[in-house]
Amino acid sequence: MTDKTEFLNGNTACAEGAIAAGCRFFAGYPITPSTEVAERMAARLPKVGGTFIQMEDELASMAAIIGGAWAGARTMTATSGPGFSLMMENIGYAAMTETPCVVVNVQRGGPSTGQPTMAAQGDMIQARFGSHGDYSIIALAPSSVQEMFDLTVKAFDLADRFRTPVFLMADETIGHMREKVILRGDVEIIPRRELGSDELPCKPDANGVPGFGTFGNGHGVHITGLTHDERGYPATDSAALHENLVRRQVGKIENFRNEIADVDIVNPDAEVIFISYGAPTRAVQQLLADYPGVYGHFNLRIVWPFPDAKLAEFRAAKAFVVPEMNLGQIAREVRMHTNVPVVTAPKLGGALHSVDELKHAADVAATATGTFTEVLL
Amino acid sequence: MRQEIRFSGLGGQGIITAAVILGRAAALYGGKHVVQTQSYGPEARGGASASAVIISDEPIHYPKVTEPHIYAIMSEEAYKKYGANASADAVMLVDPGYVTSRPDCTCYEVAATAEAKARLGKPVFANVIMLGGLLEATGIISYEALEHAVLDSVPKGTEENNKKALAIGMELVREQRP
Repeated sequence: MTDKTEFLNGNTACAEGAIAAGCRFFAGYPITPSTEVAERMAARLPKVGGTFIQMEDELASMAAIIGGAWAGARTMTATSGPGFSLMMENIGYAAMTETPCVVVNVQRGGPSTGQPTMAAQGDMIQARFGSHGDYSIIALAPSSVQEMFDLTVKAFDLADRFRTPVFLMADETIGHMREKVILRGDVEIIPRRELGSDELPCKPDANGVPGFGTFGNGHGVHITGLTHDERGYPATDSAALHENLVRRQVGKIENFRNEIADVDIVNPDAEVIFISYGAPTRAVQQLLADYPGVYGHFNLRIVWPFPDAKLAEFRAAKAFVVPEMNLGQIAREVRMHTNVPVVTAPKLGGALHSVDELKHAADVAATATGTFTEVLL
Repeated sequence: MRQEIRFSGLGGQGIITAAVILGRAAALYGGKHVVQTQSYGPEARGGASASAVIISDEPIHYPKVTEPHIYAIMSEEAYKKYGANASADAVMLVDPGYVTSRPDCTCYEVAATAEAKARLGKPVFANVIMLGGLLEATGIISYEALEHAVLDSVPKGTEENNKKALAIGMELVREQRP
């Protein structure tokens, strides 16, 4: 397959990335501003031998992609905040059963039904901690149409490698804008590791990840959301077994947080460093172009697990400025990993930070002394 | 150089389609960097509609329009919202069938809807007439690039009328050149 250059919106590029990555099962309940993902998957999947199902709601959508994964497919759903909330129960089930799948969240203004047609990044903490119990997940954040394609491909590889739900945390701005995008024809698919015939279905390998006992391959596996032993059978009364299971499932991701980090480190010797992901990254890139050499930039394409060790590469940092389209969700995470003053620059309502607003935030940051300061834009 | 173009009017006039066609022409056939965005609301036909295209020789960081210099306006409401604040060096095209106000900047009247009905039988070609006018007024991309993008964006069987629409728009602007 050769590369194709197209002029597409981010949501459509995401669907094309999924097809290129070998996704052959999509179950979803269309919701603004993610609907174009489902539209494109509905048009494309039947032509490549895949299955598209419009579900009755988002609980069922999430359940269906878990089932599809166990049947051997690479599976995906797409939603926005209200649907993401409804998926939380089954996201926890996917985490506990170590089911690889991809969930696209094109974020809009919340809480509740909020602003359906406006961009936001208000679901970043929910992505990490939204289901009950202790677990870890992986969350990616695209800031261009090309990254909607590329990071969707990457999401599938990470889901299979770590046997975990992976979230593509997009936003309305990136989902709906059109840019030139190269639809790569040479995407290499790294298959999930199939369970060996002499392996226990929930016994981890050296990296903490068990082999995958695909249904229909003769494994006779038992899948449960209950705490389970290495055979996969419920074992809910042992404190040690429960703690080992939860710590192993969290560790299989968190132990690799800096190895899988996907970041840009720009001007590491600057004193005022912007940390961004998603749409605000574009505004920070403009600021750096307008004021060359003045500011540093730590751009995150993988937000969760947070690549904390990379912060140390900004050797001269006197302040980290975190512009987000929420009230400082990732700024709090940054604060946890540094003694450098953190300045949160929140913006709500749907509009992207302007360059002037970022400049103002940088000016505040240059004299910031407190450990955590909010700048009003 | 970064150029920002604002299309605005009513839902159903093909405002967003016009912006997508221009963006496609510049991105795929003009060798430019392009971002196309739209103000995206719950309205359907009849509500306000606006879209923007940014065209640049360099990679585009900031994806939203800051100060457009080229306007194509197809409703009086859109004029009040976007056109009234145009800078003095902007270039504006208005459909006089819908827009009664006039700006201080260079302005061309492109009677796109009336001409589409009179010469092509249907108002649906109005947005492509506006595109033809925009090309003639600004030279922002080559004719070949724009025609290519128009032809691969429109329904089969309408190619000839869309080419005529481009020519009508170009002619209307040419007639008003000083």
